[in-house]
Amino acid sequence: MTYHGITRRDALLTATGIAATALASPAVFAQGTGGSLRFAFWDHWVPGGNDALRTLGTAWAERNRVNLTLDFINTTGNQLQLTAAAQAQARSGHDGISLTAWDVGAYADQLEPVDDVIGRLIAANGPINPVAEFLAKRNGAWRGVPATSGTQNKPALCRFDLLQQHAGLDVRAMWPARNERGPGADNWTWDTFLAAAQRCHAAGFPFGLPMGQFTDAVDWVGALFLSYGARMTDERGNPTIRGNAELRTAIDMAVRISRFLPNDVWAWDDGSNNRSLISGRSALIFNPPSAWAVAKRDAPQVAEQCWTIPMPSGPRGRFIAYLPFNTGIWAFGRNKAAAKSFVEFISSREAAEATTIRSAGYDIPPFASMSDFKVWETEGPPVGTLFNYPSKAHHQAQTSIAFSPAPPELASQMYIQALNTKVIARVAQGGETVEVALAWLEREITNMRRGG
Amino acid sequence: MADGTTIMQASARAPGSTTLQRFARRRSTIAFLMTLPLIAVIGGLVVWPAAYAIYLSTLNRRMTTFIGLENFLILLDSETFRLVIWQSCFFAVTAVILKALIGFWLAHMLHHLPTKGQRKWRGMLLVPWVIPPALSTLGWWWMFEPSYSSINWVLAIFAVPSVPWLGEPWWARISVIIVNVWYGAPFFMIMYLAALKSVPEQLYEAAAIDGATSWQRLRYITLPMMRNIISITVLFSLIVTFANYDIVRVLTNGGPRDLTHVFASYAFQVGILSGNIPRGAAVSLFMFPILAFIAFFVLRGVTRRNREEA
Repeated sequence: MTYHGITRRDALLTATGIAATALASPAVFAQGTGGSLRFAFWDHWVPGGNDALRTLGTAWAERNRVNLTLDFINTTGNQLQLTAAAQAQARSGHDGISLTAWDVGAYADQLEPVDDVIGRLIAANGPINPVAEFLAKRNGAWRGVPATSGTQNKPALCRFDLLQQHAGLDVRAMWPARNERGPGADNWTWDTFLAAAQRCHAAGFPFGLPMGQFTDAVDWVGALFLSYGARMTDERGNPTIRGNAELRTAIDMAVRISRFLPNDVWAWDDGSNNRSLISGRSALIFNPPSAWAVAKRDAPQVAEQCWTIPMPSGPRGRFIAYLPFNTGIWAFGRNKAAAKSFVEFISSREAAEATTIRSAGYDIPPFASMSDFKVWETEGPPVGTLFNYPSKAHHQAQTSIAFSPAPPELASQMYIQALNTKVIARVAQGGETVEVALAWLEREITNMRRGG
Repeated sequence: MADGTTIMQASARAPGSTTLQRFARRRSTIAFLMTLPLIAVIGGLVVWPAAYAIYLSTLNRRMTTFIGLENFLILLDSETFRLVIWQSCFFAVTAVILKALIGFWLAHMLHHLPTKGQRKWRGMLLVPWVIPPALSTLGWWWMFEPSYSSINWVLAIFAVPSVPWLGEPWWARISVIIVNVWYGAPFFMIMYLAALKSVPEQLYEAAAIDGATSWQRLRYITLPMMRNIISITVLFSLIVTFANYDIVRVLTNGGPRDLTHVFASYAFQVGILSGNIPRGAAVSLFMFPILAFIAFFVLRGVTRRNREEA
């Protein structure tokens, strides 16, 4: 019988030939011999803002022969926070993830300590922002590395033409694109701010300050409170409401400001103030430069009239609302050494500067020594619009996070539930007296502390 | 010979068939096996999460200690949560009543259209219910949103001042109810239309002969015949509306001042966003006794009516 298939002899000969060829071939260094790594980063508001991390990731992965995958998850609808919560519960997911300000404390027990990485970074770049340290350090260990991408200040982003015309304030002279204060800078207080808000409201260009439950609202009100020395709790979380004159003064100022804001600020989300500036309806917002960056694309005539200046000062000083991201490495990850190496790589000065340049000046590195990047001097139009965006020595300001010095377990609840804007809303919108609203505040804080 | 006294013979056993094989061939066993995938899905996606939520709600915030019903007591102590209970009930009851009335009216109108035109109207009126709710709510959000509200733009044409749809508490509540009614009325419409079509025509003819007005026909024939359908749809919609999450989340996120929060959205805020998962579980479990109470009375009424009619 004729057999038309492959014989055993033929198969053996073929296999031997293949094996011999393989042995004789030059050794190809396969990618991925360093293992694989998956990181999830915050999806940047600024168009193209993720590109820096992609470029850095590719460079590091090639150098270290690691199969690196980067995912970018945005915070719209709290997707990033949900992802972190799900991975913390499931104890599986990415090797490292961007964590919002309070989450690094919430998930501290499941995050790998990174003191070794922080030690080397501080040795190379100097001290880290104290607010970032307060948030990232838990139980004596650093649980996350403060990130550059996504970390933001929320100074005042002004329409200098409208402020000049209607409020008589020349903000470009007050805070020029140089390391010095101009005339009127010392008078940039909350009282001056209130008067300007009133005049701009009368002229039909009210300040666009959210008073809802999202971070933009909580952050600027938190900075206002701190500038009056108004604290709701002490370091242990005990409410310090009764007899707190500073708190009452701060609430009074916030209520007075709110009377000159659009009547629906109580429902604004994090994009509403951006839209109010870009649409040309607002003379001032508290925001990072993302609103200006989008206006450059969509409403250049508005962007050309924008200028960033620090927040007003109060009796206890000038506090800038600061919202840091952290990069956390999950303790359940399988390639923690590589993860630490990658995070250290993207935290270097060169990497931070590349990130900030790519985000058009939005990203603030966590090291004070890195507040001199050229991008903040050169971005425009108008050139110099971002000079005063990072915190600089001549601002005489401190970065701050709302509800400090409360312990993170309590502060994160107070922050998410926006107790500061709610207490103001009860007075301004709900018609309650300050004492009734403060009594409610004390009950809420007491309730939040229970069952811990 | 078949004389009615023959005792049935025991079925002859097939040679070699075991008890197990006979068990496997029984109809009830086969039925059970065929429903096993569905039982697995319900078990995995409904029963297990519910049981786990009950377990979670008995833990402290760090999930290290058992604290029993403490989370529920802490919630009841919170003014915000008591408001959430009231808001959820108000929202569910108002929205369901409006949906039932509008759905019934639409079904009545549709029922009296000529059959030829009915289909396209039915299709068009079903569209709100067919669009994914998060997507349609986003559209409504743009219509209500202060900077670009198209509704306010239309009002401005008639010199009506802008309405703070989402900024003022009562307007925000009304906005949430409007969106929920817009989304849910087609469901009532289609159920009531089916029920209307099942009412025998002879009853109306007999009533017409007796000189009944259209209102009397509605009151004494239509509504009594539809009572069970009305009960079931109202119960179903109450449960779903009570547990509504997407409309509140997308439209108002519970604001302003937590005055539009319902159980599901508040559970998300407390549980996931604030990092207190056990308390969030307790918030969502609060719905269960309220809904069980309502379901018990509605279903009891339905069962009683069925027994009376039988």
